[in-house]
Amino acid sequence: MVAQNVVFGVLAAAMAVSAIGIVRTKNIMHAALFLVVVQAGGAGQFILLGAEFVAWVQVLVYIGAVIVLFLFGIMLTRDPMTAEESLDNDLKWPGAAAALLLAGLLATVLIDAFEKEEIELVAPTYTRAITNSIFRSYIIPFEIVGLLLLAALIGAVVLARRD
Amino acid sequence: MLLNQFLLLGAFLFCAGVYGVITRRNAVLVLMSVELMLAAVNINLVAFSAYRAGDVVGQVFALFVLTIAAAEVGVGLAIVLLIYRNIRSSDLDDVDVLKG
Repeated sequence: MVAQNVVFGVLAAAMAVSAIGIVRTKNIMHAALFLVVVQAGGAGQFILLGAEFVAWVQVLVYIGAVIVLFLFGIMLTRDPMTAEESLDNDLKWPGAAAALLLAGLLATVLIDAFEKEEIELVAPTYTRAITNSIFRSYIIPFEIVGLLLLAALIGAVVLARRD
Repeated sequence: MLLNQFLLLGAFLFCAGVYGVITRRNAVLVLMSVELMLAAVNINLVAFSAYRAGDVVGQVFALFVLTIAAAEVGVGLAIVLLIYRNIRSSDLDDVDVLKG
């Protein structure tokens, strides 16, 4: 139990620092790399929670595909002549106030509701259990998500095509 | 492990994402902040799945969220690319053609 809490602490610290990095860094490339750290840390937390399948899907989809998309997006939308302009608008203090208020609210509610609830892991989740759930109880949402992905794929091609 | 440590981590990441969405003016960085918020939600879903031992529905929902996040990034970046091609800028403050 102590080892799990230590691993949690290390991962959570890395994720928190990187999350601040994503929203504060001045270099847009660094933001994409910080996002890799946050997603990898999230995958680590999933393994800690016994959710191996979700963890590896997160690694494949996020670190493998989404980050590459982001890097291409950055490369294609940056004008080298005007790269020096600021990445932030002038809403820094209202944004910080909104985020801090929300954080305070969430922390209060969460500590009030789940103060002493423990997670007791008996065994990691088998992938079989997840697929049984998807293909038995959630087959219609699964098909709809497949259709949504197809629509998003065609939509992205149509939008980004030069004609 | 306490359930709350995961929930508080998720809350922190979500708030960082909110801050990013409000303060960033580069469209790609706004999309990245939205991804941060979705990652926070996923941690919550998987934590509750582990808390209700033997119940995998939370993990199934996390997979759905992952899929939809991937679709969102694809379409979002295509729109950003289109905006960039039209006004030569990915600065959201420059997208004000509809402003009266």
